[in-house]
Amino acid sequence: MATFFGEVLSVYSRAVDEDEEELGENEEDEEIRRELEEKREVNLHWSPEVSESLKSGNKLQCSDFILAVGHNAARFLSVYVLTSENWDAVGHASVWNERSRAATGITSEEETACVFYRKKDNPSVLICQATCYIAEDQLFQWTEKVFDCLQHRELNVTVLSDSSVAEYKTADYLCYSSAPFLRSLHTSAFSGQPVCQSLEQPNIVTGLPAAVLNQCEVHRIATVVYQCYSDVTGPDSVTMETYKPALTKLSKSIQLDPSPSTDVLRKFARTTNIQSNLYI
Amino acid sequence: MFISSQNSPPSFKDFTLVMPAVAVGNVGQLAVDLIVSTLNMSRVGYIHTDCLIPMTGNNPYATCKEDAEELHTPAEVYTAAELKMAVLQIRAPIIQTKSKKFRQLLVSWIKASGFSRTVVLSSSHAYQRDDQQLQGTPLRYLVTPSLLKVSADALKDLGWKEMERVSAFPGLTDANTEPRLYIPGGGITKGLYTDSCAEDLPLAVLLLFCSEGDNIPDAFTLVNHLNNWLHLLENPVRQPYIQAKSPTNGRSPLPGVFFLAAVSLQHCSDTHIFSFCYFNN
Repeated sequence: MATFFGEVLSVYSRAVDEDEEELGENEEDEEIRRELEEKREVNLHWSPEVSESLKSGNKLQCSDFILAVGHNAARFLSVYVLTSENWDAVGHASVWNERSRAATGITSEEETACVFYRKKDNPSVLICQATCYIAEDQLFQWTEKVFDCLQHRELNVTVLSDSSVAEYKTADYLCYSSAPFLRSLHTSAFSGQPVCQSLEQPNIVTGLPAAVLNQCEVHRIATVVYQCYSDVTGPDSVTMETYKPALTKLSKSIQLDPSPSTDVLRKFARTTNIQSNLYI
Repeated sequence: MFISSQNSPPSFKDFTLVMPAVAVGNVGQLAVDLIVSTLNMSRVGYIHTDCLIPMTGNNPYATCKEDAEELHTPAEVYTAAELKMAVLQIRAPIIQTKSKKFRQLLVSWIKASGFSRTVVLSSSHAYQRDDQQLQGTPLRYLVTPSLLKVSADALKDLGWKEMERVSAFPGLTDANTEPRLYIPGGGITKGLYTDSCAEDLPLAVLLLFCSEGDNIPDAFTLVNHLNNWLHLLENPVRQPYIQAKSPTNGRSPLPGVFFLAAVSLQHCSDTHIFSFCYFNN
């Protein structure tokens, strides 16, 4: 690309060149392709109780579905909501892609990285913590499979999503103290009032929150996404706290612990990277 | 598949469909944004598919605070009923392994909807032009036999240049290599064109040779070119129908931001690097 000043910059083209269509693809190639596709399929595993209620095409009664995408969003739910022990783990989604770690040496946390929880005293409230990487060709599938299990009538969806403040585009200079902050996007069926500003142009949302918004927009489900722009990528209690206002509207369905103990916070906000000691 | 955003499904019978190909410089997509905002088209539905990378954002065509918070998806259909025109906007790249599936989806939707003709706005790498193509206009067209029957005269009057076939191995004088259609950087353009020929769909491709950069002028060029044929704007002042106003007076007839979510994927071993691009007027 040539600029106005005569310099030549090398830029990557945003065009996707169409590959020469499957020329000379033999049976073996096809088989490999099929096997890979099967391996990349998203599978939902429910507890026996839930599987039973989902039999013969029934859907789960659900009034509120809260999805946390990203580690801080998930930890926020763990610290402020799930510690009340009023929740049952009812299922998980298994997702394999090129970023999944090799089978050996993974903790159980990594294995079940998309866990669904249901409230004991109010089974129509569902929470999901999605902390694993879901590839772009799996996002639609994940969303479709999950929402196929939920009844859509009067369903309210809230998505909490981590993002880096470096991704936030604005004409004004962002003061260092402004991060972390929330921005919202909602479907046309959402009639409530978001707890923060709407996401300004030209910012967009991608990944799992976008897939959920797309699914809910076309199926007219009331959904709001709260994207948290933070300058800290690792576990951070300040970032986690930023999500608090997002759930205050749901205080009837979800008991938010307003001030979790420091022990709980410490458990979830520990830094685990040994390599970050380099510059000490 | 197409999902209507209104209570009753819209009718596209005998409408003209204009759609972009995700191609170099995103010119087709920019041109479609320009058409939608200029003609003040209204959204009638979505193409809900697993073939596109998911993305969402607020209304890129917002004119006031009230409609600013309307959610938009990667593929949406707009219409201007009085012009019998529909437009499909595609805002995200096609997932590479799903390219063929997406083309099939489009072809069946076009057939089922009864569009009288489809125009694909596209672009191709300027640096790949051969010696012939370096001269003269950078605009080219292609038309399927089905549409040629109907529009041959109009195209002849316009004096447009048809996209040349090029030899597969330039420089080699092997008699076995037939010149073939080659649209580098054009995304699904070639595939969609050949599929439409096979399915006997009336389809035309309008493309522009360009490079990556500030492609807004390219979008204007392409839309004006299209306008010469379709006469979308029958104004007494048939000028560049958007008078560009200087930014200092604070007013511009263009919508606030040309929002184009062109997410580009760059494969780098196992990692995907997303670069979001947008254009400001």
